[in-house]
Amino acid sequence: MAKLLDIKNLRTQFRTSGGVVKAVDGISYDVEEGETVAIVGESGCGKSVSAMSVLRLIPDPPGRIVEGSIEFQGRDLLQLSAEEIRKIRGAQISMVFQEPMTSLNPVLSIGQQLTETICLHLGVSEQEANKRSRDLLGMVGISDAARRLKQYPHHLSGGMRQRVMIALALSCEPKLIIADEPTTALDVTIQAQILELMKDLSRRLGVALIIITHNLGVVARYADRVNVMYAGKIVEMGSAEQVYHNPQHPYTVGLLASVPRMDQHRGKRLVPIEGQPPDLTRLDAGCAYRARCRWAVDRCTAEIPPLEELADKQFAACWRSGEMQALRREAS
Amino acid sequence: MSSVQPLPASEPSSFKKVQKGETLIEIRNLKMYFPVLEGIVFQKAIAHVKAVDDVSFEIKKGETLGLVGESGCGKTTTGRCILQLEHPTAGDIIFEGVNLNELDQKGLIPVRQKIQVIFQDPYSSLNPRMKIGEIIGEPMKVHGIQPDPGKRRQRVAELLSICGLNPAFAERYPHEMSGGQRQRVGIARALSLNPEFIICDEAVSALDVSIQAQVINLLEDLREEFDLTYLFIAHDLSVVHHLSNRVAVMYLGKMVELAESDELFDNPMHPYTEALLSAVPVPDPTTEKQRRHQVLQGEVPSPMNPPSGCVFHPRCPLAVDSCRQVVPPLEEKRPGHWVACTQV
Repeated sequence: MAKLLDIKNLRTQFRTSGGVVKAVDGISYDVEEGETVAIVGESGCGKSVSAMSVLRLIPDPPGRIVEGSIEFQGRDLLQLSAEEIRKIRGAQISMVFQEPMTSLNPVLSIGQQLTETICLHLGVSEQEANKRSRDLLGMVGISDAARRLKQYPHHLSGGMRQRVMIALALSCEPKLIIADEPTTALDVTIQAQILELMKDLSRRLGVALIIITHNLGVVARYADRVNVMYAGKIVEMGSAEQVYHNPQHPYTVGLLASVPRMDQHRGKRLVPIEGQPPDLTRLDAGCAYRARCRWAVDRCTAEIPPLEELADKQFAACWRSGEMQALRREAS
Repeated sequence: MSSVQPLPASEPSSFKKVQKGETLIEIRNLKMYFPVLEGIVFQKAIAHVKAVDDVSFEIKKGETLGLVGESGCGKTTTGRCILQLEHPTAGDIIFEGVNLNELDQKGLIPVRQKIQVIFQDPYSSLNPRMKIGEIIGEPMKVHGIQPDPGKRRQRVAELLSICGLNPAFAERYPHEMSGGQRQRVGIARALSLNPEFIICDEAVSALDVSIQAQVINLLEDLREEFDLTYLFIAHDLSVVHHLSNRVAVMYLGKMVELAESDELFDNPMHPYTEALLSAVPVPDPTTEKQRRHQVLQGEVPSPMNPPSGCVFHPRCPLAVDSCRQVVPPLEEKRPGHWVACTQV
């Protein structure tokens, strides 16, 4: 399949009183048409910033994309004028945010918000847009669409609001939807409803999805490919099966060992990752994970390991990923 | 980990000393209704939110009972009632043989020493103007169990190191610490009074996976070392399964299922539990592809106006006519496995 999005060496930084925060520090990945890519990592690893950078939604100041290219259907989004990028936002690439209450406008009805977007990007008449809005609500599983269009966000529950967000994201037939923790604020049964809906729609409409999450279960269920981020860098990349069954970076190994497994019997002690994530203003010449890594060697202090292909399309950034299988066996 | 000397506490004779395996706390027919008020000057109740509606269970000494359910199901309110932070509408809470609902504020003082709580949000549950040492030391001062400031400082240092923190943190303020460290402070504070029973209300929910595992292990170690009993309230089923001996599932103020942890997760009997478990994705793509995904339709109804009969019937795949009228009792369908459903 063709590459829809191709990110190369993206660097996004924030200037703060404490120094320059290298939130995204040289990441490269691509998304093919219609596929679901997950970006997984813990708070502060740069997963949201990397997604916001794609749509150039980084507030400047203090933030700035200092390097890299983001090619979307062959055009570098970083070279576009403000006017041109606005035509892409919401139309060809749209976004679903975590907090459905704060990402919908509280003083506009659901219908106004939907028709505004449709009229603006597709240039259709208001009647046409109204009809389309009703269809969209039906598509995301909201019944009684005509009544719902007149309602305001506060009339709706969290799950309903997230459905409206998805309808908004779909309204202009985008090629790519970026979902930033789309279900973190929702209960598990509602989370399942929303994720099934997104997956189903992306399959039916051929929309590619980037799901940003910290939930390893969500990634396992929905992602075709996985990018694991740590301290602003992608440390491992591969298919979901590769990353979960044969992790090649010690951080991925650590993450998987620290989640309790509901599908296995109790009694096994969790193996946490000791220590804390590093301060992103004080990254040095070595691997950012080495202080927490049980397998760190001298080389890790001296040089940052590059992201290298190890097996068929599985990449890891670790000096010892060649021995990872043996190290893992030894540890268990 | 260093061992802590038990502090001399004045024990009123009415509290029974409970041995491991005996019932430490029993909740009988607990009801907590919150009035919905109308009017500004002359307020009157126009309805009630039935946050907890006739819930009974017991927790044995040394055991961890997990309490799961979605937001608004009443799990936190149950915890707050046990802590006597709410005055229950009806029901009994019997702790070490004493009915807490019959005690006045003064009578509750020794209870407050024995039952402690760890809150969800490590940011808002620590006073930003107090140093960590003061936060952990204050309960001991209040209860007069360590009046000497020097000894109290020593004990604070001990508690910090038990919880895996550097004793030098006593001089810091909460904003100087990370979320995981703050949660450890919350745990140290709960331990400062040598409690019997700790209610962990979403105690690890706000933490990142790798830090969450550290705190889970700490809670397990402390349980062993100090013979603690936990009520572990959380919405994350995997965490509850891992930590709890038995698990209770709540839905809309009612307890729908209660069983041994592995039994509940292997053989969920209530349709709600089944749907809840199938909604949680497990971190394994191969297992995920083979699992049956039952997506529950609709949303949780308002607890102000709960459905008649079984509260789950509007979303239940097994519902029959009688479910609309009859409230199913919690019955023991298998040894130790209690279910509130007439259809299983």
